[in-house]
Amino acid sequence: MSEPLIEISALSKVFQRDSVEVRALDRVDMQVFPGDFVCLMGPSGSGKSTLLNIIAGVDRPSEGSVIVAGESLNEMSEDELAAWRNHHVGFVFQHFNLIPVLTAFENVELPLLLTSLSKKERREHVTTAMELVGLTDRMDHYPRQLSGGQEQRVAIARAIVTDPTCVLADEPTGDLDAHSAREVLEVLKGLNEQFKKTIMMVTHDPHAAAYASTRYQLEKGVFSKEGARQTV
Amino acid sequence: MKIPLRYNLRSLLVRWVGTLMTAIGIGLTVAIFIVMNALVNGLDSTFVQTGRENQLVIIRQGSLAETNSYFDRGLYETVRLLDGIAHDKSGQPLASGEITVIINHPRLTGESANVLIRGVSDMAFAVRPEVKITSGRKFRDGLRELVVSQSLANRFQNMQIGKTIHIGRSDWRVVGLMEAGGTAYDSEIWADYEDVAQEWDRPIYSSILVRANDAKAAESLTKRIKDDQRINLQALDQKTYFKDQMVSSIGIKALGLFIAVVMGIGSCFAAMNMMYSAVMGRMKEVGTLRALGFKRRSILSSFLVESVILALAGGILGCLMALPLHGLSTGTANFISFSEVLFHFRITPTILLKGLAFAAIVGVLGGILPARRAARIKLVEVLRD
Ligand SMILES: Nc1ncnc2c1ncn2[C@@H]1O[C@H](COP(=O)(O)OP(=O)(O)O)[C@@H](O)[C@H]1O
Ligand SMILES: [Mg+2]
Repeated sequence: MSEPLIEISALSKVFQRDSVEVRALDRVDMQVFPGDFVCLMGPSGSGKSTLLNIIAGVDRPSEGSVIVAGESLNEMSEDELAAWRNHHVGFVFQHFNLIPVLTAFENVELPLLLTSLSKKERREHVTTAMELVGLTDRMDHYPRQLSGGQEQRVAIARAIVTDPTCVLADEPTGDLDAHSAREVLEVLKGLNEQFKKTIMMVTHDPHAAAYASTRYQLEKGVFSKEGARQTV
Repeated sequence: MKIPLRYNLRSLLVRWVGTLMTAIGIGLTVAIFIVMNALVNGLDSTFVQTGRENQLVIIRQGSLAETNSYFDRGLYETVRLLDGIAHDKSGQPLASGEITVIINHPRLTGESANVLIRGVSDMAFAVRPEVKITSGRKFRDGLRELVVSQSLANRFQNMQIGKTIHIGRSDWRVVGLMEAGGTAYDSEIWADYEDVAQEWDRPIYSSILVRANDAKAAESLTKRIKDDQRINLQALDQKTYFKDQMVSSIGIKALGLFIAVVMGIGSCFAAMNMMYSAVMGRMKEVGTLRALGFKRRSILSSFLVESVILALAGGILGCLMALPLHGLSTGTANFISFSEVLFHFRITPTILLKGLAFAAIVGVLGGILPARRAARIKLVEVLRD
């Protein structure tokens, strides 16, 4: 077996709310291999988003280590993390998080503005990403002119346009109807199967979970015994 | 600038009501700033334009201005015969003995202001070719006649041709109007020297304006007068003399600066208010940009630039609001009077640029705190809804 792409050891996250400590993650170990399509399940408040955020370098662990693509996130500064995210992570949000005043094209182009690509190269990359999500005819539309499913597909195009190491999606179908959800999941599945993208997805939805190759079940900050790492 | 400008421009347009209100507020401040500068500029240039090379204003030693200077008539005879003074075609020395008197007179609008009356001979016109009678005629000796500057005639009661003004103990008739090319003499009334001296029972001179042959002659004349113990006079370069009168505009400058600063602070708060609400409304967007890899510095400069764009829009509005006042200065209300000095209201490109710079500063000062707030968001918290 190859080297793990994501390696998490003894990861804990404690939130301090007033005087109460909330232990969102409690000594979690996890390995994700290149080309995996991992699904993270579990009830609300079990720590799924927290885990995903830490892997994305958006949040920091209280204890334990996170190594992604051979780099330890623990030691990085805020700005180093920002650059690292731009390079390695494509993040897909539950509520799409498109910038409303920018067109689909401009939204997808955003992460490329941090690279050294020329305007022409950026246009090529954006077009390729929009082709992958099947929205080349919606390039000049503003988010409010798109359906929820289309918005989420634009968001996926934005997540993959930099060709990141892994795509992290937090309940990407949570705001979508069944039909749009299936379209989005098909896009993710295509990315995983055709382009060998490593994907980690948080979801409540058993239908969504069926697309994954590996499933984890979180309960109150720990992987439940029987749920931990089921490979389909 | 990593985050594209169109992001800021469109964000401002989306909230156009707030943007417009804030821009108008800043615009009013900038307009007032421009008006202040135009006033000071007009006043300054009136004095800067007054005077000719190699001419000397001779007044009493220790006096600051003609209006508080007086000396014996005999001194005029001494001075006009000094070496180095130029002569006219008929061989007369170009030296004009004059008396100045201040009167208080009502404006057309009712309130009174101080006006300077200068008692002169023909020589006064010879040493000031810029002064021209534009309508009517020159005053005649012994008849209590006046020539009034066009600008005073536009602003003051009974100063039009044919009207009569009661000054001193007599009635004086306006027989002509003059213009003086935007110099300080454009705010004066001229009459015959003997008439003025008699009216106020003052057989004295206030000043002598002389033309020297050249710069060297002017210099030696100045020294000669200074060194002569018998004549208690001082000779001042005419241009410098009027430039020094500009100190009177320092008060206006200080007042203008004070008003600009106070209003500027108000505008900073307006911009800050607008930018804070922009930042609060766009927390999620900021979080998204940060998650995509934009650094805090980029967020900071993006919001700062947005604030400056907002303020500059206000600055442009301010320029547009102030410009019609410049048009007025060539129209009917040709002058703005400030105490006894009337001057043109001048908006120059430099002043407009200053106004825009002023707006940009307002934008930076008003935007800095909101922009810092945006740059320092807690990423996880804004992304969690
Ligand atoms: N910023 C925070 N401050 C305090 N508590 C938090 C914060 N983020 C998450 N939590 C708590 O941590 C736990 C896990 O949250 P989360 O990872 O969002 O769960 P999930 O995504 O599985 O619903 C919850 O109890 C939540 O209330
Ligand atoms: Mg969650």
